[in-house]
Amino acid sequence: MTMVEAVGVHKSYGGNLVVKGIDLTVRKGEVMCLLGPSGSGKSTFLRCINHLEKIDAGTIRVAGELVGYREHRGRLHELKDAEIAERRAGIGMVFQQFNLFPHMTVLQNLTEAPVLVRREKPAAARERAHELLARVGLSDKAGAYPRSLSGGQQQRVAIARALNMRPGLMLFDEPTSALDPELVGEVLDVMRDLAADGMTMIVVTHEIAFAREVADTVTFMDDGVVVESGPPAEVLGNPQHPRTQAFLAKVL
Amino acid sequence: MKPTDTQASPVLKVVPVRRYGQWLTTAVLLGLGALAVRSILTNPRFQWDVAFGYFLNAEVLDGLLTTIWLTLVAMAVGIVMGVLMAIGRRSDNPVVSGAAALYIGFFRGTPLLVQLIFWFNLAALYPVLSIGIPFGPTFASGSANVLITPMVAAILGLGLNEGAYMSEIVRAGLQSVDPGQTQAAQALGMRKGQVFRRIVLPQAMRVIIPPTGNETIAMLKTTSLVSVIAIPEILFQVQAIYSRTYEVIPLLITVSLWYLILTTVLTIGQMYLERHFRRGDLRTPQRSFLAVFLARRTEQEQP
Repeated sequence: MTMVEAVGVHKSYGGNLVVKGIDLTVRKGEVMCLLGPSGSGKSTFLRCINHLEKIDAGTIRVAGELVGYREHRGRLHELKDAEIAERRAGIGMVFQQFNLFPHMTVLQNLTEAPVLVRREKPAAARERAHELLARVGLSDKAGAYPRSLSGGQQQRVAIARALNMRPGLMLFDEPTSALDPELVGEVLDVMRDLAADGMTMIVVTHEIAFAREVADTVTFMDDGVVVESGPPAEVLGNPQHPRTQAFLAKVL
Repeated sequence: MKPTDTQASPVLKVVPVRRYGQWLTTAVLLGLGALAVRSILTNPRFQWDVAFGYFLNAEVLDGLLTTIWLTLVAMAVGIVMGVLMAIGRRSDNPVVSGAAALYIGFFRGTPLLVQLIFWFNLAALYPVLSIGIPFGPTFASGSANVLITPMVAAILGLGLNEGAYMSEIVRAGLQSVDPGQTQAAQALGMRKGQVFRRIVLPQAMRVIIPPTGNETIAMLKTTSLVSVIAIPEILFQVQAIYSRTYEVIPLLITVSLWYLILTTVLTIGQMYLERHFRRGDLRTPQRSFLAVFLARRTEQEQP
């Protein structure tokens, strides 16, 4: 079953074309790592998937549904805020800068959206939140405020926060790039565990080793287009395109 | 500061710098203070007994209540208008942001006293005010003289003027919140309104509250301006008394004391509010109220 299907996605910022026609498909349960030099459009593309960025042309379907638009008589009509919000709720996202809510405790960070958006009972949301915090190894931090946590702990809370919405798809936007090197491992461990659990994931990352080990598909992007895509053994082990080869030669 | 190892090296006595300038300033200030106290205690024209005699006078207390009530209502109008105008200024629609800018420019660009008198005389400009469909039928109408009472004019004048200043404060607060917060909240499926109420506004409060406290304190004193349009607030009331009794100075002392008491109460309230909205901020850990108060005083003393 197809989870994400992008066809001919274009996106420009102020006349500057950043994403220049991306086609890709992610199956349910698949882990896709997006690699590429900075400025290659991979983060922008990721943010198009949950409509944090409006796309200029093309379509992106998540679980068969367009995220920001409705198709009617061959045209795309932008959805209202409430409808977009509803579709976003099923897509988890983890940011480079964590973006935890600093005025809420860790537990409140996890329960806020389920209670507000999904109208869950607070007790039910809290119960699941505690389970998730245990899963990411932060049971003792439920009452702490985000600023008192390390970067790695904050990012693990951010993952738990996204998971508490019970998403069908998780987007990771360079989740370890803002972390001190010794804290990267703990976050990757959580993501590895999540992948093993069968979560569909799209991960924009510079962690080649993680991509090799965990990804089902590695997609290499450069200059707004997909250059090469396939199993990690092929793309990372035996890259066909010169741009992929040049990139890997630099980072490995 | 870490304790240094004094055993290893010989203990040397520290001689502080002699600050002759500071000593001189201190002496002059103490001297001036003594003169002021002596004058206050010995000059019979202060008429302290009269000033305190009117402290709990029924007319004065009536005026006091009006002052407090007017401050609260005008600030409420100001905050609501301020939030609306701040949101308007941030709008992508140039007509909306332009209208908000025009509002702010107008109310900040003309003196409050002029605005108050303007509202008071609105009937001269629009004798009849009506509710209806523009260019269409009218549902209700009334004489502006009846609808715009002095109190309504005072609330409109103070509140709308305050809204212009509050909008700049709110805007600065909203701008201080990291855009990543909005993105994270949106990614969790929150709607724009929910993002604003639950995520952006509470964080903007940290920046908004201190100047809003100052505005409230300023408003408390600014309400005295409406005495010119015959609102019986505290200044108007004491003026009414001293125009009968000619006890001008003691009654001005009475009213000043009341203003001082109210501003002090508001300052303490502001401290509590600031503490509440600093939740989660490690740089300013939570302390007891007394500790906060004392720390403030020492912070102010040590430049």
